[in-house]
Amino acid sequence: MDIERKLIKRASLGKLVEQLRAEGKVVLAPKKKKNVVFFEPINTIDEMSTDYIATTQSPKAAAFPKSDRILKFENGKEGIKFEGQPTSVYPETVVLGLRPCDATGFDSLTAIFNWDYKDQLYNDRLAKTTFIGISCASCDAYCFCTSVKGGPGNTHGTDILLTAVDGGDFLAEIVSEKGKKLAVSGQQYFEADSGADKEKFLANVPVKFDVDTLVPKAQNSFESPVWLEQSLRCIGCGACAYVCPTCACFDMQDETTGSKGQRVRCWDSCGFGLFTLHTSGHNPREVQSARWRQRVLHKFSYMPERLNVVGCIGCGRCSRACPVDMNLSEHLVNLAEA
Amino acid sequence: MYKENIYLPYLMNIERVTEEAPFVKTFRLKFANEEEGKQFTYKTGQFGEWSVFGEGESTFCIASAPTREGYIECTFRQAGRVTSALASLGEGDQIGFRGPYGNVFPIEEWYGKSLLFIAGGIALPPMRSVIWNCLDLRDKFKDITILYGARAVKDLVYKQELEAWKNMPDVNLHLTVDPGGETPEWKGEVGFVPTILDKVAPASKDCIAIVCGPPIMIKFTFPVLEKLGFADNMVYTTLENRMKCGIGKCGRCNTGSVYICKDGPVFTREQLKGIPAEY
Repeated sequence: MDIERKLIKRASLGKLVEQLRAEGKVVLAPKKKKNVVFFEPINTIDEMSTDYIATTQSPKAAAFPKSDRILKFENGKEGIKFEGQPTSVYPETVVLGLRPCDATGFDSLTAIFNWDYKDQLYNDRLAKTTFIGISCASCDAYCFCTSVKGGPGNTHGTDILLTAVDGGDFLAEIVSEKGKKLAVSGQQYFEADSGADKEKFLANVPVKFDVDTLVPKAQNSFESPVWLEQSLRCIGCGACAYVCPTCACFDMQDETTGSKGQRVRCWDSCGFGLFTLHTSGHNPREVQSARWRQRVLHKFSYMPERLNVVGCIGCGRCSRACPVDMNLSEHLVNLAEA
Repeated sequence: MYKENIYLPYLMNIERVTEEAPFVKTFRLKFANEEEGKQFTYKTGQFGEWSVFGEGESTFCIASAPTREGYIECTFRQAGRVTSALASLGEGDQIGFRGPYGNVFPIEEWYGKSLLFIAGGIALPPMRSVIWNCLDLRDKFKDITILYGARAVKDLVYKQELEAWKNMPDVNLHLTVDPGGETPEWKGEVGFVPTILDKVAPASKDCIAIVCGPPIMIKFTFPVLEKLGFADNMVYTTLENRMKCGIGKCGRCNTGSVYICKDGPVFTREQLKGIPAEY
C-alpha cells in the first residue's frame, strides 16, 4: 500500500498509548534501568525512555521470547497427558520505539521460522504484534545499517514509522494495513501532515562496506585465516547472540515440578562449545574460531544462499555488548577487503 | 498427521524392550492414538526426536524398516540425560516421538544393483532399517554384502538378526571386532572395519556402498572404497549432527548452508565433498 503521511504530537502519542492500554493491548516500549534499555510493558508514555541509540535488547522477544512454552505435560498414574501451547492466549501487542533496523530484523526470523515447516508459535505472536518504529536522529560508531541496505528512516518492517520533526512533533508514516487499522482506531490523535522534510531529521550513518561485495567474499572465505585472527579474544560468552535481533538458534528443554512440567524453547548461541557437542564427545565445531566463523557466515553466506536474506541489520548491538570489544563491522570490512 | 504446533510429539507406548548390548536397548513402539498410527508413514533413513517428558528430546534414526508395518523401533545407547531416562523405562511406559524427519535412502534408484553395507558400533541401527527394507525386496537387488564391526564381541548389536543374516544364503555377512575385542569363541574377523573391507574387497561394479559409523571409521573407510573403485556418487552415508528441532529451525546441525536435518541425514560422498566437514 502507499505510505500515508500524518502528524502526531508528543502529547497525543501519550494518549494513543493510553487508548491502546484501555483496549487491552500490551504496549512494549524502551525502559531505562541504570545503563540498560529493555523493551518492557508500559502503561503511560512517561515510563518510556527516548534516551537510546539502540535498545540494549532488540525487540525480537515480542515474537520470539527468550523462553517460550511449547507444551505442558503431566506424568500421571494413567499415563502421560500433554497439550500444546494454545496461541489464542497470546496478547495483542504494540511495540513502540523500535528502530528501523530492528523492524527489518523480523525478515530474518520470519524466513527461518517459515522456510519449510511453518512455526505457529512465532507466526501467531508476530500476527498479533504491531510495530510503531521511531527513526534514528542520531547514531554511534557501532551503527552500520546503511552497509546492509537499511537506513535510519527506513519504513520497511514497521507498521507506523514516527520521525521526530520540528517542535518535537512526530511525522507518522502509515506503512501497512496493521498500521492503518491502528491509525484509524486512534484517529483523533493524528493530524494532517505538516509537510516536514523527513531526511533533515535523520542521522547520517556512514556506509562502511558494500554488502553485495561482502556476501560473495564470505561465500568463499571458509578456509580464510581471518576467523582465527578475529576470534583470538572471543571468550564464547554468547552475549552477541542474546542481543541480536536476527539470531534465532534455540534449545529445547523440559522443566518439571513434581509430576507436572513444560517443554520450552529458549534462545541459544552458536558461540557456545556445547552448542554442537555430540554425546559421544565429538564436536564438529571444536574451537572458538570455528564457532565465530559459523556466526558470521550463517548471517552473511548461508542465509543469503538458502533464505535469500542477509541475517544482519547493522544495529551494532553485538559489538556494544561484547565484553572483549570484538567489533563486527570492523571484521566485516576486514572480510570485504580481504 | 498435520500438527499446527510443529513441536508436538506423538505419544507412543513401549511394547517391547530388547537388550542389544551393554547400555544399548531397542524399543518397539506403537502409537497411543491408533488413528495417528494408521496415518503415519515413513521411509528408510529418516529420523525422529524421541522424548521422555521431564527430561527432554534426543535425536536418532528410526531403526525399523517401513516394510514391517504396525510399529516403529528405535535403538539407543544410554549416554546422555535423555537416553539414560529412556533406558530406565520398560514395557507399558510411554514416550514422545516427533517425526519422521529428513530425507531418505533412495532405494528405488538402487534396483538392479549390488549393495554393500558397512557399519560400525552403534551405527548399525540406522543401517538396519535400510538393510531389512532391501532384504524384504530381495529380488530387486544383486549381491548383498554386510560388513559390521564393533569394539568388542559384547558390543555387537542385533545379535539375533546378525545370526539370521548369517544364515541367509543370499547375504554375505562379515563380522569383525577391534583387535583385543575378541573372545576365545569368536569366529569372525579381528581388525578395524577399513582393514577388513580392504581384505574382503567387494567388487565395486554396479554396487552401491552404504556406510555408517563413527567419524574415525568413516574417515578411513572412504579411501578404501575409493581404492576398490567406488565412485563418490555410489557411496552413501547418514550423518547425525546434534539437533534440537529436527526441522530446520534451531540452527544446530547446520553444516555450511546445508541443514543435516532437512537436506540430510542421507548424503552421498559426492555431496559431502561440497560442504564443510563440520559433522
